[in-house]
Amino acid sequence: MPDFFEIARHLTAEEQTVQRTVRAFVDARVLPTIGDHFERGTFPTELIGEIAGLGLLGCNLHGYGCAGLSEVGYGLAMQELERGDSGIRSFASVQGSLVMYPIWAFGSDAQKARYLPKMAAGEIIGCFGLTEPDAGSNPGGMRTVAIDDGDSYVITGTKRWITNGNLAQVALVWAKLGGQDGPVHGFLVPTDSKGFEARLIHKKMSLRASVTSELIMEEVRVPKEAILPNVKGMKGPLSCLTSARFGIAWGVIGAANACFDSALDYAKNRVQFAGKPIASHQLVQAKFAEMLTQISGAQLMALEAARLKEEKKLRPQHVSMIKRNNVRVALDAARVCRDILGGNGITLEYPIMRHLCNLETVSTYEGTHDVHTLILGQDVTGISAFE
Amino acid sequence: MKILVSLKRVADPDNANKIKVTPQKIETTGLEFKPNPFDEYAVETALRLTENAANTKQRLGEVTVVTFGPKEAESTLRAALATGADKAIRVDATDDALDGDLVARALAKLIETEKPDLVLLGKQEVEGDANQVAQLLAEYLGWPQATFAGSIKSEGDTALLVGREIDGGTMNLRVTLPAVVSVDLRIVAPRSVQSVHTKADHAYPEGVRFAALMAIMAAKKKSLTEVKLTDLTGDVGLKIKYTGFEPPPARKAGVKVKSVSELVEKLKTEAKVL
Repeated sequence: MPDFFEIARHLTAEEQTVQRTVRAFVDARVLPTIGDHFERGTFPTELIGEIAGLGLLGCNLHGYGCAGLSEVGYGLAMQELERGDSGIRSFASVQGSLVMYPIWAFGSDAQKARYLPKMAAGEIIGCFGLTEPDAGSNPGGMRTVAIDDGDSYVITGTKRWITNGNLAQVALVWAKLGGQDGPVHGFLVPTDSKGFEARLIHKKMSLRASVTSELIMEEVRVPKEAILPNVKGMKGPLSCLTSARFGIAWGVIGAANACFDSALDYAKNRVQFAGKPIASHQLVQAKFAEMLTQISGAQLMALEAARLKEEKKLRPQHVSMIKRNNVRVALDAARVCRDILGGNGITLEYPIMRHLCNLETVSTYEGTHDVHTLILGQDVTGISAFE
Repeated sequence: MKILVSLKRVADPDNANKIKVTPQKIETTGLEFKPNPFDEYAVETALRLTENAANTKQRLGEVTVVTFGPKEAESTLRAALATGADKAIRVDATDDALDGDLVARALAKLIETEKPDLVLLGKQEVEGDANQVAQLLAEYLGWPQATFAGSIKSEGDTALLVGREIDGGTMNLRVTLPAVVSVDLRIVAPRSVQSVHTKADHAYPEGVRFAALMAIMAAKKKSLTEVKLTDLTGDVGLKIKYTGFEPPPARKAGVKVKSVSELVEKLKTEAKVL
């Protein structure tokens, strides 16, 4: 995919090397097998060691064995991972942004020392339990509770759509402390705790190369030091989501790039009517012109958001805009690319249908397209449409 | 062991369609560059020779990477530093003011001060495919050479057993150090390089290693010095004179044959393969 606005000139030498390195890794290790994993519905656990060895887990965090990348470098890493598959990027997003980040930002020194180096090394995998069967777009409506029982907390509730759930050794579970009216707190729950069960969710048509689970907790007892001490209320989970959504907004550009490149290659070689490649047809050219414009715009927006983040000026609303826009751009591009490939577009011989199916999930998770629409609507009008 | 690796950036072959050729020159502005693949294999070889594969973070030798090029070529050096090389030298020059002979003479001078035990190079760069520098360099230095290495077994700091890829098989050469070795594709197969530090049955992943993101950040702090070409040689004249440039001819469209007998006939008379 052409770097139409030559954003490479805005990248530091290190950021360019990060992008090239992750790209080479994805080409060599992810792309050869990801179609098979998708078809079988398995996550490539054999890659976890190498992904961690590259330093991709929590790579924008500083200290504790993390790579300490710039926000642009982090974005580029997510973009190149998702050029491979949204499931691989989701694995890294959950580990880095949804579990390591809150421990790094809100955890005690003991929690940081216990978890972060091993999570960066891929020796401990984490999952993030916020969404529930009956609390999706409105996570504040969660029913999971943690009851103070002297020297421990007792957690009961069910979490659903939990990426990495059956891979994880630790679950960051968000629960209301004291009862249904209590404040939300985060708890680091070992997944081998008594009363904790992770159940795989089957029959997925999307993110098939990713582990998605339901977490069932029946009176799971954790020690007092399992609570994240430095955050209270929905700010905790929401700040994690802001961090992860930023990575998603970059990541989907990679998925869009993969679809664009595949479709362009196909269109130049597929000959129909008068011996000419379909890339010479006006309707096909119009599709590429539109995709190039939209994907380039998404990339520029992601870059600006990263600069704002580095200047500590990024607001959650910025992230809502790029998550909403960029996922839609990628999803639309994947559909158009699938169309360009005709019948060939529906197979796993090409990456497009796999990305298209994955992006349907990415459009929904971490704040649906519509919820981000309403966040932006509230930002413009000052009136909340949620209440 | 102290190893010096010469590497070069080349125009990304995937962007070959962007290259503009005029009769006077090949226009390189706007092209994307990547390290010459054979040079990347040379860096990987140097790293494998100077480490115990069980603990690659601990370096057991010194690897210096050298390139000839403009300031922008430093990203190629930084990338090599990120994979584990210890220091880098950029000889300031532009591609059109260089040829294999000038590079070899300048490298020979640089090697007088750097004093490596071994010089590793890619067998050729994939732009000009000249395949000259290693051979000329060995001659200028008066050192033994082994070219197209597909395997290297280190015998300590005194000698290497090099399996050279030649037509029809492998030629095994023992070279005493210091020496010049150029490497071929198979040098990055899992068991091609045997250092004295790594267990003999160790299998590396196929290909060159990926730099860890942390090492990419840390590479900023490693030494990268700039040397002027004229400080290495007073004679910057080129032995290769280019008389003109033209793009390779476009591939002609194929023809469709109506029958098997027509195909056989064409294979006999036109393709002359039967």
